[in-house]
Amino acid sequence: MFRLDEEHLELQASFKEFAENEIKPLAKEIDETERFPLESVKKMAEMGMMGLPIPEEYGGSGIDQLGYVLEIEELAKVCATTAIIVSAHTSLCCWPILKFGTEEQKQKYLVPLARGEKLGAFALTEPSAGTDASMQKSTAVLDGDAYVLNGSKIFITNAGAADVFIVFAMTDKEQGTRGISAFIVERDMPGFSMSKPENKMGLRASSTCELIFDNVRIPKENLLGQEGKGFKIAMATLDGGRIGVAAQATGIAQGAIDEAVKYTTERIQFGRRISQFQNTQFTLADMQTKTDAARLLVWRAAAAEQDGQPYTAPAAMAKLFAAETASYVTNRAVQLFGGYGYSKDYPVERMMRDAKVTEIYEGTSEVQKMVISGFMGVK
Amino acid sequence: MKILVFVKQVPDTDDVQLDPKTGNLRRDGVKSMMNPMDANAIEAALQLKEKHGGSVVVVTMGLPMATEVQKKALGMGCDEAFLLSDRPFGGADTLATSYTLAKAAEKIGDFDLLLFGRLATDGDTAQTGPAVAAQLGIPQISLASSIEVRDGWVYCDRDLGDRVQRVRAKLPAVVTVNGGINKPRYATPINIMRAQKKPRTTWTAADLGCDMTKIGTPGSPSSTKKVFEPEKRNTDTQYLTGSPDEMAKALADLLEAEHLL
Repeated sequence: MFRLDEEHLELQASFKEFAENEIKPLAKEIDETERFPLESVKKMAEMGMMGLPIPEEYGGSGIDQLGYVLEIEELAKVCATTAIIVSAHTSLCCWPILKFGTEEQKQKYLVPLARGEKLGAFALTEPSAGTDASMQKSTAVLDGDAYVLNGSKIFITNAGAADVFIVFAMTDKEQGTRGISAFIVERDMPGFSMSKPENKMGLRASSTCELIFDNVRIPKENLLGQEGKGFKIAMATLDGGRIGVAAQATGIAQGAIDEAVKYTTERIQFGRRISQFQNTQFTLADMQTKTDAARLLVWRAAAAEQDGQPYTAPAAMAKLFAAETASYVTNRAVQLFGGYGYSKDYPVERMMRDAKVTEIYEGTSEVQKMVISGFMGVK
Repeated sequence: MKILVFVKQVPDTDDVQLDPKTGNLRRDGVKSMMNPMDANAIEAALQLKEKHGGSVVVVTMGLPMATEVQKKALGMGCDEAFLLSDRPFGGADTLATSYTLAKAAEKIGDFDLLLFGRLATDGDTAQTGPAVAAQLGIPQISLASSIEVRDGWVYCDRDLGDRVQRVRAKLPAVVTVNGGINKPRYATPINIMRAQKKPRTTWTAADLGCDMTKIGTPGSPSSTKKVFEPEKRNTDTQYLTGSPDEMAKALADLLEAEHLL
């Protein structure tokens, strides 16, 4: 548990080599231009990284959850945007189809998604249903052989490039959360449109858009799971998604530390390398200790999921701590860089911007605390 | 078609350290990597396998930690790996190394093609591949920038800098490849997991039936007298100021003063 075995060390080395060579060179440019890196998705698909934890029979690589969090961390170390593209696609779109989909849905949607031939997204949030996801205003009304979907979704990661969306909508308003259902929606279904990507502080290339559904007819067979089970599907999906985000946050933190160690051991001030100052040493020691602790929480949550143990609380703890660590560590990294840290010539300012959202999306830190305290029986 | 690829573990080019006492490259505790051109040789072999079928066997000589490069080779898609690791192999020059590698090739047997990177980034000799061909008495093509096999022959373009030479050799043969011949693939997650089940064998000098006078230090007529870092040249930066015309004139004056114009 506290040391990776040979297989996972090799997986980690392979992800690191790939990320350094193929992903890192694009990170600055896609952040500045907000360009969705389709070429990276293609390369990751060739590697089998777009469906890493999905079984081989459904087009994935059949790697365990620990291997998956290693993938997300290595990507996030060099480009948090690329990490969330993969995490949203894998944890939030592939996974619920694997878990709740019919065999036909798996063959039709999961196989091309896990192969990386198609890209996935997850659409739960609405203007008035953010942290309180139960307040869904989107509706899906059964009409013959199709559900007619109306409403809108906001802040949807991958939207601009995605082909397949997991969309939640009310099928029975009277039932509250038990009236929410999940659907597999294709990009080119008539009546489905989207806004331009949001102009965001960080993760600027992940193509976060608003989705608009205007009488979109969703074939009945695209209902994911049973009618009325959508809220449960959403919550279960987010549990796994949070492990991905926690791994992403850990990667952002480690990436900032790696940059800061390199910089402080080269930068000379007052005739000494700034790494020779105790302030630098103590700050870096704090940064690394917190990041290691975050990583262990991520691994624990991933192992629990892999072993079929309950992982809602471990996932919430991992996300809470890793996200706050990412914000702390990247903030300290910018400080260690001084004026250069505030410049776009160095990557730490980007990492600081990217880190912030890990405290917000897929459940804010406050939501994680609600989940954790709930599991503690604190009411 | 059976292809043997010979790979070497070399110090990471970002982390080369010399032992100040012996002058040798430090290998313990230093980050290491697969010699980059050997990765090109593996890629060439895998492409040939994809076209013609058969198997790709990777052979490496070195310390036990050289299993790292074996694992990477298997993760890239090679089928089997052999490590030649034994204290008597230590201190080998290219002659002793080529003898040892040739013994391994003979023991594996039944090969059609032996591939090497053109040179290793640590020794920089480019001798080992051709020397193995000499030990085995088979033809060799060096500096290959393309490689093709048909009708029992291997066809290569040899990149000679100012011209390209197209040559062929009868199989079995040795080919050493340039870095530009291809872009090595990554070890994919699926292949890494499959690699855990692929056969890995370690052989000693006794396993290979080596003549002990031909391996390691006794088998090496050449030795490195001294390895040292070249003296660093002092550089000086002068910043020119003024309008573009003034700066251009100042630059021209400086170059003239240094007799560079």
